[in-house]
Amino acid sequence: MSTVDEPLYPIAVLIDELKNDDIQLRLNSIRRLSTIARALGEERTRKELIPFLSENNDDDDEVLLAMAEELGVFIPYVGGVEHAHVLLPPLETLCTVEETCVRDKAVESLCRIGSQMRESDLVDWFIPLVKRLAAGEWFTARVSACGLFHIAYPSAPDMFKTELRSIYSQLCQDDMPMVRRAAATNLGKFAATVEAAHLKTDIMSMFEDLTQDDQDSVRLLAVESCAALGKLLEPQDCVAHILPVIVSFSQDKSWRVRYMVANQLYELCEAVGPEPTRTDLVPAYVRLLRDNEAEVRIAAAGKVTKFCRILSPELAIQHILPCVKELSSDSSQHVRSALASVIMGMAPVLGKDATIEQLLPIFLSLLKDEFPDVRLNIISKLDQVNQVIGIDLLSQSLLPAIVELAEDRHWRVRLAIIEYIPLLASQLGVGFFDDKLGALCMQWLEDKVHSIRDAAANNLKRLAEEFGPEWSIQHIVPQVLDKITNPHYLYRMTILHAVSLLAPVMGSEITCSTLLPVIVTASKDKVPNIKFNVAKVLQSTIPIVDQSVVEKTIRPCLIDLAEDPDVDVRFFANQALQSIDHMMSS
Amino acid sequence: MNGGDGEEVDSAALGPPAPLEWKFSQVFGERTAGEEVQEVDIISAIEFDKTGDHLATGDRGGRVVLFERTDVKEHGGNRRDLEMMDYATRHPEFRYKTEFQSHEPEFDYLKSLEIEEKINKIRWCQAANGALFLLSTNDKTIKFWKVQEKKIKKISEMNVDQPKLAGNTSVASTSFSSNPKLHLANGGSPDRFYNYMSNDSSFPPGGSLSLRLPVVTCSETSLVARCRRVYAHAHDYHINSISNNSDGETFISADDLRINLWNLEISNQSFNIVDVKPTNMEDLTEVITSAEFHPSHCNMLAYSSSKGSIRLIDLRQSALCDSHSKLLEEQEAPGSRSFFTEIIASISDIKFAKDGRYILSRDYMTLKLWDINMDAGPVTTFQVHEHLRPKLCDLYENDSIFDKFECCLSGDGHRVATGSYNNLFRVFGCASGSTEATSLEASKNPMRRQVQNPSRPSRSLSSSITRVVRRGAESPGVDSNGNSFDSTTKLLHLAWHPSENSIACAAANSLYMYYA
Repeated sequence: MSTVDEPLYPIAVLIDELKNDDIQLRLNSIRRLSTIARALGEERTRKELIPFLSENNDDDDEVLLAMAEELGVFIPYVGGVEHAHVLLPPLETLCTVEETCVRDKAVESLCRIGSQMRESDLVDWFIPLVKRLAAGEWFTARVSACGLFHIAYPSAPDMFKTELRSIYSQLCQDDMPMVRRAAATNLGKFAATVEAAHLKTDIMSMFEDLTQDDQDSVRLLAVESCAALGKLLEPQDCVAHILPVIVSFSQDKSWRVRYMVANQLYELCEAVGPEPTRTDLVPAYVRLLRDNEAEVRIAAAGKVTKFCRILSPELAIQHILPCVKELSSDSSQHVRSALASVIMGMAPVLGKDATIEQLLPIFLSLLKDEFPDVRLNIISKLDQVNQVIGIDLLSQSLLPAIVELAEDRHWRVRLAIIEYIPLLASQLGVGFFDDKLGALCMQWLEDKVHSIRDAAANNLKRLAEEFGPEWSIQHIVPQVLDKITNPHYLYRMTILHAVSLLAPVMGSEITCSTLLPVIVTASKDKVPNIKFNVAKVLQSTIPIVDQSVVEKTIRPCLIDLAEDPDVDVRFFANQALQSIDHMMSS
Repeated sequence: MNGGDGEEVDSAALGPPAPLEWKFSQVFGERTAGEEVQEVDIISAIEFDKTGDHLATGDRGGRVVLFERTDVKEHGGNRRDLEMMDYATRHPEFRYKTEFQSHEPEFDYLKSLEIEEKINKIRWCQAANGALFLLSTNDKTIKFWKVQEKKIKKISEMNVDQPKLAGNTSVASTSFSSNPKLHLANGGSPDRFYNYMSNDSSFPPGGSLSLRLPVVTCSETSLVARCRRVYAHAHDYHINSISNNSDGETFISADDLRINLWNLEISNQSFNIVDVKPTNMEDLTEVITSAEFHPSHCNMLAYSSSKGSIRLIDLRQSALCDSHSKLLEEQEAPGSRSFFTEIIASISDIKFAKDGRYILSRDYMTLKLWDINMDAGPVTTFQVHEHLRPKLCDLYENDSIFDKFECCLSGDGHRVATGSYNNLFRVFGCASGSTEATSLEASKNPMRRQVQNPSRPSRSLSSSITRVVRRGAESPGVDSNGNSFDSTTKLLHLAWHPSENSIACAAANSLYMYYA
């Protein structure tokens, strides 16, 4: 059938490839579904393309996923909102497949379409679809149904609303835990659309069912809806209905449930108001901070700053701080690490005096922790404390910690501390840096691990940016240039790399007077790797320096290198020469 | 199942259920006389699905074979109606459904170890949309399979006549003389089209009538098994068990020293929940031999050890469950220790009963039924291999003493079964007062060797220390029928239908099915 018009030929191929044996081509065609639809026109899209897609839905998951996604934005191609309902049947089938990501995408697309549909169409098409899925024979359909109620409910007539609520309540008691989990996950969203009167009765009874489920996996999802429901209810209702639940959850037998509570608790504080927070939530949180299970303490410790921000400083000092002290010497390194990553944020909350008196000893003990992650976490957040109490009080303990990390036998730890050096330098100031840290920065240039040497070179550049060229010419440049005579060529390469990074920061004058001679000397090195790196560095310095310097110094050096016996050296030298010529002509 | 003492009165009034008359139902892969058994064909795992409508076997060649029940019509009516239908008058019959290659032999280059393709365990997962799902594992790698009917499609009514396009250059030369590369339309570089199309975004408003969608016709369907996920690189030792959780989203896998917890949808991470590896491997005295989740409590699992104990752990207590919440163990009878004591105490398999209160365990000599609320010792002990006691030395010499026999419980929990040598398997009644103890041979005439032992077992009393209940004990030296003992024909794997009295068991490469 080669009767296809010339401009439509590519479309024809695209359509044919919807059924190609090669999955990549099918995927391609599905991704171009909008193009196909435009070529077919709105009517044929509605009458042929969409039914075609509905029927051919036993494809691979990748294709189905793409289809679910494309259909979500398909309303313009079927003739606008009044025809949106034709998109529902193919998505309905996609809502029943076994692969979770396809179902989720289909539900997402259905929600997107449903939120644009006209109210009468929702009643005629969307609500029946939700009901069909909720009554589905297989659990997959029922799981998907849970995610659609919040779209269907608002525009439903009263009779349907009652029905929808009762269907949702059945889903909350489904035989399959997967369905109950989906119901628990979506309860908050659904509740947000339900009228206040029913919220207190119907929704709360569903919520209670879920909170008493046998399956831990369902109960812990119910924890998540606590905060969502809490925000919907009046404070007094929240105190009456949600608070007891969360308090009992915080003492649940399952550590996974308590873990979820530890993560969510601070969100509930606002919903219940200050007084119940003080009487109920603070004790619950304190229990979690002292939980038997390390995972729970990790979660609770990680939220300590967020929780304290909600409380008054007095409450925080009185109740939370003692626990924080205990956690700072917890037996689990992961708990200490989680604490160290947030504890610095408590300083602004507690204010200067309390920080010096209470927090400082904890910082200091964490800085001496045997586990490097804990020390690193403290150091990474130094700026937060600096704002409150200044750095002096810490600097005495800081230095040994930094030195120890800088010499840690795990190179990843050394790498991590190098990353923080510019932050430390800016917080500690030039004086401290010169005395204590300068030598370390140079030492890293001769590390055994390449990544460390690389990071050290970068660090020098960032320091030069921080403290300016004048400081650098005294404190960095001479020390770096000294090392160019290192007997090992790999270290000489690191120095070349450092020089090339420093040059743009130092500016034209210093580059010409100090750096360039060293580079030119290096071009006489006996190792070809050094020589072609010299060519590369020279190329990168061309834009920095003056035209005359290029002609007088760089070009002759490159011409020498271009006649090197080594092919790579010649290659890079020629490349650099070409870029000089290019500069000239432009 | 009546384990509590209080219930004994009721059941005594009703009397124990009558012993079952076992009849041969079916055999798959029966060996003809003199036929050599291929090593790869030997069945290494058997498992019914939850409904009992499907049966899976795995073999040493890494294949999984599925069977489906034929006495339930699958077409017409929905699933729930079918379950209500009265088919109890007929015994379950199965037919071959499909098979697929689950595992291939591999080589671990880091450890210079061959990894056998042998299927160690199969577990069915929740079916959905008419597709079947199952987990299969060899020593190292667990795979998640989906088996589904796929329509075989025929596509007609293409827009572009493909053979013509490929063969006839005139098409291309007339339409696309400017761009010879377009010859490659259906396989080459389609990008060009798309670039071209995005430039030209105006199509005729009514759509083009010359374009048509492919017409798909399906003539028939075929079963396709696709591997959906591979859970690998999480076990240093050999995997001995996998078990699904009742929450429908997680499962465990156990090797000699560790148990890992997985989410079915996430194949690149698992959580270690039990680790019995000592810091110094020379201190190792006990390994994990089998592990299973409780059938309904998602937080509880049991694992057995080579020292004959069963540990129950509660996942709620802690993230790392190295300390058990309950230990089921039998006191060693004083003075009975010998060189073999520890070897024969090793539990080869444990199974929860459907109600989750009882656990059945199999060690080399016995089957034991435990009540999880009673940690002082088993409720009942059934002697399976007592007659082999004098031969332990020979069995040790030829390694038979390390054979791992599986065990199973009936759906109602009234009976238990396990395998033995000479292709025999034994069924015991465990309802109180039952004296049922039947030996059957995996052949077309299972009752040929049957011996009913009239000796009444003494039910254990909670005060007695020795809880050994002698049941079905045979005269030493010979097996139940006085036949000579053959340690090469062993029946290791068997499974009880979840709702009916039907047993599937494997004798070498043959799958025998019996009903009562």
